[in-house]
Amino acid sequence: MNGRKIGEVVLDLKNISLSFGGVKALQDISFNVLEHEVRAIIGPNGAGKSSMLNVINGVYRPQQGDIILRGEHHTNMDSYGAAKAGLARTFQNIALFKGMSVLDNIMTGRNLKMKANMLQQAFWFGPAQREELEHRAKVEEIIDFLEIQHIRKTPVGRLPYGLQKRVDLARALAMEPQILLLDEPMAGMNVEEKQDMCRFILDVNDQFGTTVVLIEHDMGVVMDISDRVVVLDYGKKIGDGTPDEVRANPDVISAYLGASH
Amino acid sequence: MAFFLETLLGGLMSGMLYSLVALGFVLIFKASGVFNFAQGAMVLFAALAMARFSEWIPAWLGMDNLFIANVLAFAVAVVIMFIVAWLIERLALRYLVNQEGATLLMATLGIAYVLDGIGQTIFGSAIYKIDVGMPKEPVMMLESVFEGGILINKEDFIAALIAALLVISLSIFFQKTATGRALRAVADDHQAAQSIGIPLDRIWVIVWCVAGITALVAGIIWGSKLGVQFSLSTIALRALPVVILGGLTSVPGAIIGGLIIGVGEKLSEVYLGPYVGGGIEIWFAYMLALVFLLFRPQGLFGEKIIDRV
Repeated sequence: MNGRKIGEVVLDLKNISLSFGGVKALQDISFNVLEHEVRAIIGPNGAGKSSMLNVINGVYRPQQGDIILRGEHHTNMDSYGAAKAGLARTFQNIALFKGMSVLDNIMTGRNLKMKANMLQQAFWFGPAQREELEHRAKVEEIIDFLEIQHIRKTPVGRLPYGLQKRVDLARALAMEPQILLLDEPMAGMNVEEKQDMCRFILDVNDQFGTTVVLIEHDMGVVMDISDRVVVLDYGKKIGDGTPDEVRANPDVISAYLGASH
Repeated sequence: MAFFLETLLGGLMSGMLYSLVALGFVLIFKASGVFNFAQGAMVLFAALAMARFSEWIPAWLGMDNLFIANVLAFAVAVVIMFIVAWLIERLALRYLVNQEGATLLMATLGIAYVLDGIGQTIFGSAIYKIDVGMPKEPVMMLESVFEGGILINKEDFIAALIAALLVISLSIFFQKTATGRALRAVADDHQAAQSIGIPLDRIWVIVWCVAGITALVAGIIWGSKLGVQFSLSTIALRALPVVILGGLTSVPGAIIGGLIIGVGEKLSEVYLGPYVGGGIEIWFAYMLALVFLLFRPQGLFGEKIIDRV
């Protein structure tokens, strides 16, 4: 971990509550994310991890609570607004554009950075064409970075699962986000793929200084790469701290291993 | 042989016109997953606007040039279709993001009635003509190859050319430009597209605009052949078998489906008609669509929908 300095609070979540009908997915959850850190949200199945991420990303609007991004209230934003505010995300069930090539998928991530208006783009006017080439160069950098040069032109639907996850990450990186939200980036991967993904996450955090918020099921992996960890269980926060603190927390141990009554 | 070719060509050309209407369906379905029941109403609305403005504009400006009048009327009709697209997004679709397909279908059914009503209120409900100077007289071709040559309707030929041009430019737009890429992304996954910063509302306006312009072109061509009248809005029904055949998600499918149905109708009418008492042309397309629904519901080029159980 060189060069990276953990800074101030960039994202502050205050008393978030979210329910679907009678199901309380999140109850009064508060935690913050510091600049440049790797922050993990862990918990057993159904703990509310994905709901939490969807709240941050504007997919769900919490009934109560406040989302403060760099000192500004963002409680009512939708996911397009979140993208504009510098948040990028990946999806648990990979939501890539299946019919399109890897390159096209990653290029869509540049959409917000494109200055030429839609009309110019539509008719491929001069500025749009020049811009397209600049973005293409940036995308190639990301492709190199994630070591997916060989599958550049392949339709995403044909790729194996592990590589699709990597393309999902590439598309999010193409947005040059300040905060990267990863929804179970290692789910369903084999050990080797998990190691690769860990390396990429740490490299992104290290080289670009991107703040990373990740959800993970697998305790082992998370403890190795995160700076701080939030633990959820049944929609409630049961632990928050460094990996070592969390590991020693009796509530967390009982949530994961079952309580000894 | 010459007669067969003549029938075949006639079929191809009328098929191209079906394709044009089918294209409107496919564009909207691809980009938003909505089966747009209002496509026929949009054709009628666009054709009415074109027909009436090409009468009104010369009257207002006190000039007598058919070409300029048509160009101006076309420009006005394009602007009107833009406004219609914007209003549809603003007043209806915006509130229906991430809703069930059936809900959106019902919404487009409503839009169809509203467009029919408003169109006829503003523009009138008589039969109007669009005269864009398409040549009406038929021409003889290939006289050196066949005895007597083959007879081709010039109007159909030009219409087919225009349709082909529109299809080619749409394909380039979808495949090569950044906007086209964003459209394809939205078609694949609304949620993902939004969260990487593609504005859904703007994309929908663009799609409906493109569908509106396709409707305008179809309206002009059909309108100049048949006259602009209420029955134009039912040509959408004739395009339904085309989309079933070609697949709802495929632009090339719409074209090839249209051609197959055009040719099939004409050939079966001429060669099978005498044995069953004629009238095949009316139901041929629907029969073919039924057969496809039974054996290949995704159409020739559509994506097979595989659900995870």
